[in-house]
Amino acid sequence: MMIDWIPVVLTLKLACATTMLLLIVGVPLACWLTFSRHPLQPLVSTVVTMPLVLPPSVLGFYLLILLGPNGPVGRWTQHVLGMRLVFSFAGLVIGASIFSLPFMVNAVKAGLASIPRNLIEASYSLGKGRLQTVWSIVLPHARPAVIGGSVMSFAHTIGAFGIILMLGGNIPGQTRVASVAIYSEVEAVNYTAAHAYSLTLLAISFFVVIVMNMTNKKSAGVLG
Amino acid sequence: MDVRKKLSGACGPFTFDVCVRVEEERLVAVFGESGSGKTTLLRLLSGLTRPDEGRIEVNGAVWFDSSAKINLPTQQREIGFVFQDYSLFPHMTVKENLDYAFHKNGNEALIAELLNFAELDGLAHRKPHTLSGGQQQRVALIRAIVRHPKILLLDEPLSSLDSRMRLRLQNLILKIARRFRLTTLLVTHEMAEVLKLSDEVLVLDHGKVARQGEARDVFLQKKMSGKFRCAGDVIGIEKADIVHIVFVRAGSQVVRVIASDDEVAEISVGDRVLVASKAFNPVLSKIGRDYAAFGTCDTTGENF
Repeated sequence: MMIDWIPVVLTLKLACATTMLLLIVGVPLACWLTFSRHPLQPLVSTVVTMPLVLPPSVLGFYLLILLGPNGPVGRWTQHVLGMRLVFSFAGLVIGASIFSLPFMVNAVKAGLASIPRNLIEASYSLGKGRLQTVWSIVLPHARPAVIGGSVMSFAHTIGAFGIILMLGGNIPGQTRVASVAIYSEVEAVNYTAAHAYSLTLLAISFFVVIVMNMTNKKSAGVLG
Repeated sequence: MDVRKKLSGACGPFTFDVCVRVEEERLVAVFGESGSGKTTLLRLLSGLTRPDEGRIEVNGAVWFDSSAKINLPTQQREIGFVFQDYSLFPHMTVKENLDYAFHKNGNEALIAELLNFAELDGLAHRKPHTLSGGQQQRVALIRAIVRHPKILLLDEPLSSLDSRMRLRLQNLILKIARRFRLTTLLVTHEMAEVLKLSDEVLVLDHGKVARQGEARDVFLQKKMSGKFRCAGDVIGIEKADIVHIVFVRAGSQVVRVIASDDEVAEISVGDRVLVASKAFNPVLSKIGRDYAAFGTCDTTGENF
């Protein structure tokens, strides 16, 4: 029996796109949350952590409303960019990014918080502004945390199911990622395909975590 | 500089209230016990900590003025700051640490000169964690002067070094201050360091200036007498016949002092005591050059 590998390819594409988007959005957000004393900081910090405790169906439901053709964000993207967000790959990337946001932000925040205050002050005393200090001193210090956060976000996105089903449905070639495909195949009592997808996801997840552990060890050696 | 700031110390909150004037190109030691506000003075001057109120003026330029709402950021204050823990950037080599201090591109000739000046030739491409404490401190020192600061601020730069390295670094600090004609503020709690390095000493006590002047005037002239005094900690008390023997540790030495019942009644192990000897004729003999290593005995005792 031929196995359709497109869901696995789609899963990897989604995980890569989500990790990239989280690097662009999550790292600056983590910097802001770590160093800002803005009154809204505790609120934003709470909102960022919410996906950790919310059932994915709840998150998916509200995102469906927000990104749907009648929702404030969905209507805007439809009219201005001509882009539909629900039941599309772009919508999945946004949904999966919000779902994995706490994994990236919390990991990077922990890395940033561990930087000795003196290093930042030494940079200021050498005439460097906040942006350059963050770029040249703070981020290199937090590099292992950024790598760790990326790997965790990648792995977490591979495992995402509820939010993807809510937001993307089960459209072959577009939103039918491996985790959703497993569900469909089990429903259709096609256990061979379900096994193939499950084993592939298991192998990918195992590989990703092993790479992360090895990277952590290596960076601990360099810093120590 | 005339500033005030509320601080919380180990013994509760107190107000840092210092009004001080320092002449150009002088090396001023900031001396005092832990928590007396020494580091705070440097932080206020560098802009790393904001005073509650007051005014800081350097060479006619106002760096801080609470009434005029002026507060120059650290980056614009022409300072070089050497932190107690060196604060070298761990992911950069020695040369990259120095390069980083330049405004735009590094100046190879100046870097080479500075490395040579601090006897660090050959270490330019090493990462800080592969260097000894003394080498790291020398890198921190020359990194602080790359930008040609007006004021060099040194926060106990020698406290974690052994006595031999300390002597070498003391000489380097003197050399740097003279060569680059810097006004230098050196925080220290070593009296020997103050006497050796400083043109002037500022003694802080609970956030206030207790005394200011030339080190010899401040430390040696005051209450100078033939009396020999030594502060130390009681580490043991033994009864011997009709007297007691009190063991007092002063620096690296332990002295035995005979005490009466009445004296011992007020003393217990762990107390800080002053051992004084009258009608005493001290004999001097040279035992080495680095007197910083033997630091706890002094002639005025209770002041330190």
